[in-house]
Order: sequence, then structure tokens, then C-alpha cells
Amino acid sequence: MATKKMLYLNRRAPYGSVYALESLEVVLIGAAFEQDVSLAFIDDGVFQLLKGQNTTAVGMKNFSPTYKALGDYDVRKIYVEKESLEARGLSREDLLDLTYEDENEGYAEKDSIQVVSRTDMAGIIEQNDVVFSF
Amino acid sequence: MSVLHTVNKSPFERNGLESCLRYVKKGSSVLLIEDGVYGALAGSASSNAVKGAMANVTVYALEADVLARGIKGKLMDGVKLVDYAGFVDLVTKHDTTSAWL
Repeated sequence: MATKKMLYLNRRAPYGSVYALESLEVVLIGAAFEQDVSLAFIDDGVFQLLKGQNTTAVGMKNFSPTYKALGDYDVRKIYVEKESLEARGLSREDLLDLTYEDENEGYAEKDSIQVVSRTDMAGIIEQNDVVFSF
Repeated sequence: MSVLHTVNKSPFERNGLESCLRYVKKGSSVLLIEDGVYGALAGSASSNAVKGAMANVTVYALEADVLARGIKGKLMDGVKLVDYAGFVDLVTKHDTTSAWL
């Protein structure tokens, strides 16, 4: 099977709708097929990656720790748009630490998240063969 | 007549909060719930509109929804947190409730 470049484009906040959780589940299922996968977070999608989520009082599943498993599934390219963070009063420090192990460098832990400009994000969308929108 | 205005959508995705703030009158209250709690974020694109409204109305946010989204430490000054019982108290304290869905 030819490898395709696949981008999961996330634009929704978690919990208010089911999009964020569904996206994450599809990414984890799709990762088993060894495609070239990237994740992009723009607009309210950036809220999915915030640290410190605690859903005890709302009685919903906190699925934010699951993003930390992405590195083990070889999902290493997670792009977050700078402009979307800024419009929401957020910065890189507010996001989860997501890492992967680089087998070419003695399994050193590396950051999966890259904060990119809107211009760069437009290029990233263009570079992919398939875009899944959530 | 006092009105409790509830807003449950993100201000970055829908204009419910923006619209609501145009209709609030002195003595009324705004309660942010579900994704509406993102409207309480400090330093965001919607903060100024909320700050302006605070001259006339009290702005509340449902703490459970704030905690779920990990934004408790990022809220603007003056936003009051309430629990579910507090939500009920606000409903009974006002003459009517208007939901900005």
C-alpha cells in the first residue's frame, strides 16, 4: 500500500461537542496503518491541548492524557497555529508536553508540538494528500 | 426585571456572547457555561467586550466547565465562579432566564 500524507485538521474545543474525541480516536485507529500522519490544531482546536484539564465535576471523560500516547503510535508532527493561540490569550507554555523517541538519535525524547504561523499552516495543509476535518 | 443570560458557545466560534452583551441591562447577570466559559479568558480577543459589560452586569462562570477545560488560572479578574447549586441560585434570584444558544 502506498503511503499517503494524511492531515487531521482540528478546529473544535473539547467537551462542548464530540469532534475532538472522535478525531483522536480516528487518529489512533489510523496510526495502525502506518501512514504519514500529521495533526494540526487551529481555531478552538488549540484548546484540546491545554494542560490541567480536570473533568471530575462535569462527569465526562478527560481524554487529554491520551494525546501523550501519540508519540508511541509514531505520530510525531503536531502543528499548533500561533495566531489561534494568541487570539485566545494562550502560548506554548499552556500546552501539554507531547514527545516522541527519535530512533536515529539514541531514542532521545523530542517535542512533537511545533507552533507555526498561519502562513506555514496554509502550506502544511497544501502538502498533504488527504485532509480529515474535525 | 432582572435577567440571567446564559451563554454556552465559544466566543471564538459563535457570536452568542457578543450578541448577548449587546442586550444586557444593568442589574442583570451573565453566566458562562459549557464552551461559553472560554469567554472568561484573560487577554483574549473577546476579553475587552466582557470587561466592558462588567461595568453593568456581573459575569459568572460555571466552575465545573472551567476546570474541565483547564482554564481556571487564566480567567479575567472579576469573573465569579459558581457550582451547580450556585447556577440554580442564580436562576431563582433573577426574574427570568435567557439562553443564548
